[in-house]
Amino acid sequence: MSGLSVEARAESPLRRLVAEFVDSPSAVAGAVVLVLILAAALFAPWITPQNPYDLAQLDILDGNLPPGSAGLSGLTYWLGTDDQGRDMLSAILYGLRISLAVGAGSTLIALVVGSALGLAAAYYGGRFEGLVMRIVDLQLSFPAILVALILLAILGRGVDKVLIALVTVQWAYYARTVRGAALVEGAKEYVEAARCLALPDRRILFRHLLPNCLPPVIVVATVQVANAIALEATLSFLGVGVPITEPSLGLLIANGYEYLLSGQYWISFFPGVALVVTIVAINLVGDRLRDVLNPRLQR
Amino acid sequence: MLAYLIRRAMQAAVAVLVMAVLVFLGVYAVGDPVDILISPEADLAEIEEARRRLGLDRPLIEQFGIFLANALRGDLGRSFVHNEPALRLILERLPATLELAVAAMAIAILLGIPLGMLAGLRHDRPSGKAIMAGSILGFSLPNFWQGLMLIMLFAVILGWLPAGGRGETVPLFGVEVSFLTLNGLQHLLLPAVNLAIFKTALVIRLTRAGTREVMLQDYVKFARAKGLSERRVVLVHMLKNILIPVVTVLGLEFGSVVAFAVVTETVFAWPGMGKLLIDSILNLDRPVVVAYLMLIVLVFILVNFLVDVLYTLLDPRVRLAERHG
Repeated sequence: MSGLSVEARAESPLRRLVAEFVDSPSAVAGAVVLVLILAAALFAPWITPQNPYDLAQLDILDGNLPPGSAGLSGLTYWLGTDDQGRDMLSAILYGLRISLAVGAGSTLIALVVGSALGLAAAYYGGRFEGLVMRIVDLQLSFPAILVALILLAILGRGVDKVLIALVTVQWAYYARTVRGAALVEGAKEYVEAARCLALPDRRILFRHLLPNCLPPVIVVATVQVANAIALEATLSFLGVGVPITEPSLGLLIANGYEYLLSGQYWISFFPGVALVVTIVAINLVGDRLRDVLNPRLQR
Repeated sequence: MLAYLIRRAMQAAVAVLVMAVLVFLGVYAVGDPVDILISPEADLAEIEEARRRLGLDRPLIEQFGIFLANALRGDLGRSFVHNEPALRLILERLPATLELAVAAMAIAILLGIPLGMLAGLRHDRPSGKAIMAGSILGFSLPNFWQGLMLIMLFAVILGWLPAGGRGETVPLFGVEVSFLTLNGLQHLLLPAVNLAIFKTALVIRLTRAGTREVMLQDYVKFARAKGLSERRVVLVHMLKNILIPVVTVLGLEFGSVVAFAVVTETVFAWPGMGKLLIDSILNLDRPVVVAYLMLIVLVFILVNFLVDVLYTLLDPRVRLAERHG
C-alpha cells in the first residue's frame, strides 16, 4: 500500500474497488444473479405460492406432477411437484434459505474463530503457535468431506450439527491465511511504532494488525461460502446433513433421486439448477474480488 | 537424519492416537452405547448383562485401553447388521473402491494432461480459455450433482450406459474386478468419470501452469532453434518437465480420491467401502463406522508420513532446515 501516490490516496479506496469490480461483465452478472437469489430466499414466505412445510396446504393427489401442470386447488405448479404434492418452486426457495443460511453462517463463525486463532498464533508465537499450526496441518491433511463425515457420524443429523461440522472444516483455512498475513504485517514498521508507543496488545492486534490482514481473508471467505454450500448439499444428499423436516437444496435433490431414474427429472433437476447457479454466481464474484483485492496485481 | 525420522514417526503415532481418542469418545461416550448395541425389547437384567459383557461398567479410561488393545490386534468390533467382523466387511469392499479410484486417476491423467498442455500453449486463445472455464466448473460444482447429470444424460435420456451397480465381475489374482468384462466396463465408466472430474480439473490447472512456465525456458528455445519439430519439442522436451510436479501431486491426491469415492459410490450404488460407510451411518451400525474411520485415518497419516520421509531422502534442503530449526 506504500506505493500509492497522493492522488490515488485522495480517492476513497472503496470507490476504487467498486470501479475495478464493475470492469468485469461476468462478475457484475454474477453479483446481479446473487442479489436476486438472496432476495428470493429472503422473501420466500411472501413470494412462494405455497408453504412447503405446512402439510395442510399439500395435497398428495397432486404428487409427481410435471412442470406447468395445474393442481386440484387451481394452483399452477410451474416447476412440478414432488411425491408429497409439494410445489417444487416453493420448496426450492425455502431450501435455498437453509442452504444459504448454513453456508454463510458457518463461514462467518469459522472466519471469526479461525482469524482470532491465527492472529493470536502469529502475535504470541511460541508453544501456542506451534500447537495451533500443528492442528491446522493435521486437519488440512485430510479432505474436508472426510472430516465432516467423521463429525456427523458421531454427532448425528441436524442443522446445528452440520453448522458445527462446516465450521470445524473451515476454520483452519482462516487460521493459516491470517497467520501468514499477520507475520508479514507484524514485521512492518507501523506495528513496531505501535509497540514503541506502548499500546496495549489488544489495541495493536485488533486496530492495527487485523484490518491489514483482512483482504486475503475476504477472498478466502467468498470462495469458502460457495464451498460450504456445496459441502452442505453433498452431506445432505448423502443423508447425514440437515433433517428431513427442513430440507435444503441437497436434500431436495436426494429426495428426487429415485424418480430421476424413472424419467421424472424435475424433482431433482430444478433444485440442482438452483444450487449450481448459486455456486457459480458466488464464484464469479469471488474471483473478481480476488483480483481486485490482490495488491500484487494492482498497477 | 535418524533423529528426524524418529521424531516424525512419533508425531504420526500421536496423530493416530489423538484420532483414536476422538473416535472412541465420539462413539462410546456421547450417548449410551447400550441404546444402540442391543435390541430395544431387552429387559433390565439383559441390559445389565450386556453392560458387563461390553465392559461398560468399567471406568472410561479402562474401556479406552481395551478398545485400543483390540484395535491394535486388528479387532474393531462386529457389525450389528451383517454380524461379521467390521474390518473384514470393509476389506471385502476395498477392491471395488480401489478399482474405481484407479480408473478415475487414469481418466484424470489421460484427459487432464493433454487438455492442460493445450490450455497452456493456447492460453490467450478461445480454446485455451474454454478449457480453463470448464476446469473451474469441474472444481466448483458439487460432485454428486455432476454424477446425477451424468446419469440423467447417459442412462435415462440416451440409455447408453447403466445407471448404477457394478455389473459382471471376473476374478483376477483372487480379487473380483469388473474392468475385464464389457458389462463391467459399462458399469465402471460413468462412476469413474464422475470421480475423475474433480481431479481432471486439478491436473488441467497444474499442467497449464507447468506448460506456461516451461515454454519460456532456454532449453525449449534452444530445442526450437535447433530446428526440432514442434511435436518433438512439446511431447518430449516440455512434457517430461511438466510431468514431475503433476505426478507428485497426483500421488498425494490418491487418498482424497478414495475419500471422495464415498459420494460417487452413493450416487451410482457402487458396492465399495464408501457406500458401506454411508449405509452404516444411516443404519447406526457403529462398529463399521468406527472401523472405517480408524482405517482411513491410519492410511492418511501413513501416506503423509511416507511422503515426508521420501521428501527428506530426496531433498537435502528439508533436512538442513530441520537441523537449523
